Amino acid sequence: MTSANSYPIFTTEMKKDYTILVPTMLPMHFKIMEGILNSYGYKAVLLENTGRAVKDCGLKYVHNDTCYPALLVIGQLIDAVNSGKYDPHKVALMICQTGGGCRASNYISLLRKALQKAGYEYIPVLSFNINGMESQPGFKITPALLHRMLYAVLYGDLLMLLRNQCRPYEVNEGEAQALADRWTKRLTAEMTSGSIRYSHVKDNYRAILRDFAKIKLNRENKVRVGIVGEIFVKFSPLGNNNLEDFLYQEGAEVVMPGLLDFCLYCVTNNIMDTKLYGINRIKEPIVKLIFNFLTGKQRDLINIIKAHGVFRGPTPFDHTISLTRGYIGMGAKMGEGWLLTAEMLELIDQGVENIICTQPFGCLPNHIVGKGMMKPIKERHPGVNIVAVDYDPGATKINQENRIKLMLANAASSAISA
Amino acid sequence: MSMKISDFHCKDYYCLGVDIGSTTAKVVLVDDGNILYECYERHFSQVRQKTLELVKRLASLVADGRPIKVAISGSAGLGMARAAGLPFVQEVFATGEAVKLLEPDTSVVIELGGEDAKVLFLQGGTEERMNGSCAGGTGAFIDQMATLMNVTNEEMDELSLQAERLYPIASRCGVFAKTDIQPLLNQGAKKSDIAASIYKAVVNQTIAGLAQGRRIGGKVMFLGGPLYYCRGLRRSFVETLGLDDEHAIFPEYGRYAVAIGAALYASRQNDSFGYDELVSTLEHSTQERGETHCLPPLFESQSDYDEFCARHSADSVPEIGLDGYSGKAYLGIDCGSTTTKLALISDKCELLYSYYSSNRGNPVEIILEQLRILREKCGDRVEIAGSAVTGYGEELILHAFHVDLGLVETMAHFTAARHFNPNVEFILDIGGQDIKCFKVRNNAIDSIMLNEACSSGCGSFIETFAKSMGYEIAEFSKLGLFAKAPVDLGSRCTVFMNSSVKQAQKDGAGVEDISAGLSVSVVKNALYKVIRANSADELGREIVVQGGTFYNDAVLRSFELEIGHNVIRPTIAGLMGAFGAALHAMERCTGASTLLNAEELAAFTHTSKATTCRGCTNNCRLTINTFSGGERYISGNKCEKGAGKKSSGEELPNLHEYKRKKFESIMEHTGKRGTIGLPLALGMYETAPFWQAIFAELGFGVVLSGFSSRELYAKGQYSIPSDTACYPAKIMHGHIETLIERGVDAIFYPCLTYNFDEGISDNHYNCPVVAYYSELLSHNMDSLAKTKFIYPYLNVNNAHELALGLGKCLSESLGIKFSQRALKNAVAAGYAAYGRWMQDIRREGTRAIEYARANGRRIMVLAGRPYHVDPEIGHGIDKLATALGFVVVSEDSIVLPSEPPEVSVLNQWTYHARLYAAAQYAAEHRDVELVQLVSFGCGVDAITTDEVRAIMEKHDRLYTQIKIDEITNLGAVTIRLRSLLGAIEANKED
Repeated sequence: MTSANSYPIFTTEMKKDYTILVPTMLPMHFKIMEGILNSYGYKAVLLENTGRAVKDCGLKYVHNDTCYPALLVIGQLIDAVNSGKYDPHKVALMICQTGGGCRASNYISLLRKALQKAGYEYIPVLSFNINGMESQPGFKITPALLHRMLYAVLYGDLLMLLRNQCRPYEVNEGEAQALADRWTKRLTAEMTSGSIRYSHVKDNYRAILRDFAKIKLNRENKVRVGIVGEIFVKFSPLGNNNLEDFLYQEGAEVVMPGLLDFCLYCVTNNIMDTKLYGINRIKEPIVKLIFNFLTGKQRDLINIIKAHGVFRGPTPFDHTISLTRGYIGMGAKMGEGWLLTAEMLELIDQGVENIICTQPFGCLPNHIVGKGMMKPIKERHPGVNIVAVDYDPGATKINQENRIKLMLANAASSAISA
Repeated sequence: MSMKISDFHCKDYYCLGVDIGSTTAKVVLVDDGNILYECYERHFSQVRQKTLELVKRLASLVADGRPIKVAISGSAGLGMARAAGLPFVQEVFATGEAVKLLEPDTSVVIELGGEDAKVLFLQGGTEERMNGSCAGGTGAFIDQMATLMNVTNEEMDELSLQAERLYPIASRCGVFAKTDIQPLLNQGAKKSDIAASIYKAVVNQTIAGLAQGRRIGGKVMFLGGPLYYCRGLRRSFVETLGLDDEHAIFPEYGRYAVAIGAALYASRQNDSFGYDELVSTLEHSTQERGETHCLPPLFESQSDYDEFCARHSADSVPEIGLDGYSGKAYLGIDCGSTTTKLALISDKCELLYSYYSSNRGNPVEIILEQLRILREKCGDRVEIAGSAVTGYGEELILHAFHVDLGLVETMAHFTAARHFNPNVEFILDIGGQDIKCFKVRNNAIDSIMLNEACSSGCGSFIETFAKSMGYEIAEFSKLGLFAKAPVDLGSRCTVFMNSSVKQAQKDGAGVEDISAGLSVSVVKNALYKVIRANSADELGREIVVQGGTFYNDAVLRSFELEIGHNVIRPTIAGLMGAFGAALHAMERCTGASTLLNAEELAAFTHTSKATTCRGCTNNCRLTINTFSGGERYISGNKCEKGAGKKSSGEELPNLHEYKRKKFESIMEHTGKRGTIGLPLALGMYETAPFWQAIFAELGFGVVLSGFSSRELYAKGQYSIPSDTACYPAKIMHGHIETLIERGVDAIFYPCLTYNFDEGISDNHYNCPVVAYYSELLSHNMDSLAKTKFIYPYLNVNNAHELALGLGKCLSESLGIKFSQRALKNAVAAGYAAYGRWMQDIRREGTRAIEYARANGRRIMVLAGRPYHVDPEIGHGIDKLATALGFVVVSEDSIVLPSEPPEVSVLNQWTYHARLYAAAQYAAEHRDVELVQLVSFGCGVDAITTDEVRAIMEKHDRLYTQIKIDEITNLGAVTIRLRSLLGAIEANKED
């Protein structure tokens, strides 16, 4: 029942010579994904343009009351088309879509509107989603493609995890990031050639762990700060004013729950739809299968990290889920939904007592799952510091940083008295 | 942190604490735990110079050569500390440390600064909170309000102590409060009452925004400049919190707590400085220019500027003195929100006399004085043959002085603009308080855009800012003309701009760069926030800009640069409303003018009195103005009733009112099993009849919490955790409190991810707030601890699943096990009742439309969400519409077209799908207008408004959007609706 307006089609012929522009969220994960797309015969380019022009482009073409991530993602895409680097008649734009009850599901419509305003109405838009929405003849999301993407997520999460655990302590500055970048490159090359054997993936995990364990570290106590929030501003340096770098400069260790959790959250929501509302009973066994498959992969990764014995691994998702009990219902599935609450609790469970909850200004679900859950969490965990930081084109870094600094000052103070 | 007081009490060195806030700099010099020197001064953004100046004053005090340990704190101090390599301590943390040292048994600290508000809980779980990024009620806000009332801060404080009553003023954000206060001033409310109401708003803001459900009690300490200076503010805090003298502490060092905390922090640093070394460190610290983005200069050279001035001075009207004129003249009065303008023109449109002044909070006084002057100057020689008044104060002035005509502002501006350019395509007016833009098509106003309550960063904003930096507005804006690197301050609301400026200052931007940057941001705000333009071409080539703000050459230049071509700014840019009104009077006035004559003016008196209307549940706050001869004009009313007028006898159908009546019929129902309370807010405005019937069928009594009111909102305000949520959500807290007070056995508000599927959309979600607000309520409202709160996740689209889900939750929470059959019957009863309910509404909708067509009335689809019919949330806009002669129907009362409209977005929310369908209906029927109500902060409506607009414009129809929030000011709404009427009339004449 969507409009009969005919949108530009991405035909199978276009696949050959059209460049697909992909907005960035997580630099390492997405780099590997870009490689995977290219191995499937697409010409994907991960966008790295940032800064003022992106923001301005977003403000110009997207309704200003729309959430900040939409503004940035669309701004980044249009700014790239404007850049002159690509022939506008030979590009397609990719955008992710989850199809939930949040307005984020409308990013694709907003992008199309923006393209129209900018005079690029002929550019085809590709939706990356797993629900079969907005299909395009020239772009097929196959199970095999998704399977590879999953490894990109797992690798990306591991690299991010290890880099974050090393970076604040490294003796030679920049070593951890450089190592992560080297591995990203190597894994991208691997993922784009030949078949993938899972045993080899696991060998890679071990090799990565060994490499990171070789980085020389100072033994000192640093405040650990967890970041949770709306997925884009949580992960994207463009969205959160380089929050990770800021925390690192302030002498903190960043703890960031991975992207796999979000994937698992999306899958779980399908199970919950059946459980709560009796929807999609037929698909339920398959969804459960996928869930078990994914948690199995996570478990393998956790076990390998544990066996290696140097680094802290992610929390098993079953446990993360169990932490929400008494806080929020698992039916709250719009935006980051219950996962956001779960991640705050998971961080506390790991001993991370300082948490930054990031969200676009006026983010609807976060009123409830973020700001709305802080009171009960603090009441039951009195030592915990949580600060909510809003991101928005007009919000200034100084305001955001001042609030984070307050949290860090309190953290440092309680670390001394402890 | 374990306090090492010994460091502080040390004779080996001095401790210097420097606190640089957003507006003031404070230093404290401590010697052996004693304060040797303290100082508090405004820094006017000259952060480093001011610090240096204050430090230099210490020279004689530290002459004994002992070293100095120093630490910097404060929101504007960070950059300087970094540049100079001096220790920095976060200011809230510093406050906490200072209070723990000086007054260890304090439980709560409330600190108001220039732009920050903070609450520190020191006992029972330490917690420190700062205001979020959208929260104004602070020192800068009080300054702005004082400017608005044309009093000094001291006078405002003095006034507040004489207050007799309080007006409700939106407490969320400074801009909102301003929108509340402006009409109060214009309507003649007493300044003393307004002053006290402003303080009360600050208090509410602090408690609601920062305490967020945590009780403020025990020993409460009040810190910061505003709380040190304003006695009225102190009193308001103490009264609101119910504190006695022992528990409310206003320490002498109130302004210095942060600086003392910084000194304390300094004492624990290892490094110390010799005095000369410290001075030289500060002198030589060059501020690195941070990431603040810069723009190209407004003018490259003096000759550019000269050319610009010459070009604009050409657009003028001939001015001939009143003294040399005799004959007919026409008077136009523009009683604006912050300024009052008068223009007297000859029958050849020459300007005879003009007046432009800040209305200093009392427009009646000013206009009276002006009319007396005019009458005297005119004598018998010049006949004022007609007069017209426009602007916020239109009604008041019309009644006070018997002005012949009143006209809506937009029409006045259009009339004036057309005088300068008959082909005008676009008019942009930036006044003190509002931005108005309209497109002109076929010689009539086509679409009108007014700034919403949030983006009111207009002329008065620059003015207030100039004052806060120690400049007069003219001088301040001149500074920006030749700025080398204007700072880019973004295009958000005032509060955001304040912090952008702070950031720029931190990065070392000078006053001139900030001045130019502010001008650019005002323009960007208008272009991108209000007009929502994508390119200059969209506005057309024939543009007239006007309004007092465009006298500011920097703003005018910014606008031309931003859109890329020249525009017309009449030399009487600030007078255009009055000039247009005068032209209007000349066109329309035929007989003798009714304007008060010299004798009547001499005898003129005016008093105003405040009261509350009891005509209906809206409880409007009225101001009764009484003029000489006992004539009265009542303002503040939403409907005719309050104005003391007799109703015309014809009661126009109003579906909003009809729906409210229907809810009244199901407010209470008794049953044998105990009572279930349903909060009548958010989704319950849709589903109440459904749940009501289900629970009744199961044998429960059902109580609805009733309609909202400001009082009800206040009741639950303390427990709202997210102050940027929409008003309809925040008001939910009050409904829950009401039900608890009513003593219900359980409260029910289910989580509904999916709403009813009406088969007209791709999906049928609720928005996240409607769907899951219960999750928030259950964890944030302590008062719910004693009442059962049932909020299961349910599927309302499947009777079987719903019966299962209900059975489960009732057995779990109430311990009552119902049979499957009982549940099935109850659910069936629910669907039947809901079906009847909706059918009845549609039937009434059809009847209303038929009535309108039979009686030649215009129809307005007042569309929004079901909860917009609430009298407090909808602010009685429906009644305003019927008073203007519209038959009002709601979006769900229209029998929908069989085919849902085409939309270019994912049509996935039940309520919005109705909205699109209703828009489609309105678009296709020329006697139906659509007005969309949008709650401030509604993220989903950022998407729907564009879509609804597109549906209307596709059919060449007008789209009108009204943003609503806590504000009770209907001034802007009236302008919109009247302009809509004006446009409809104009279209008809064509």
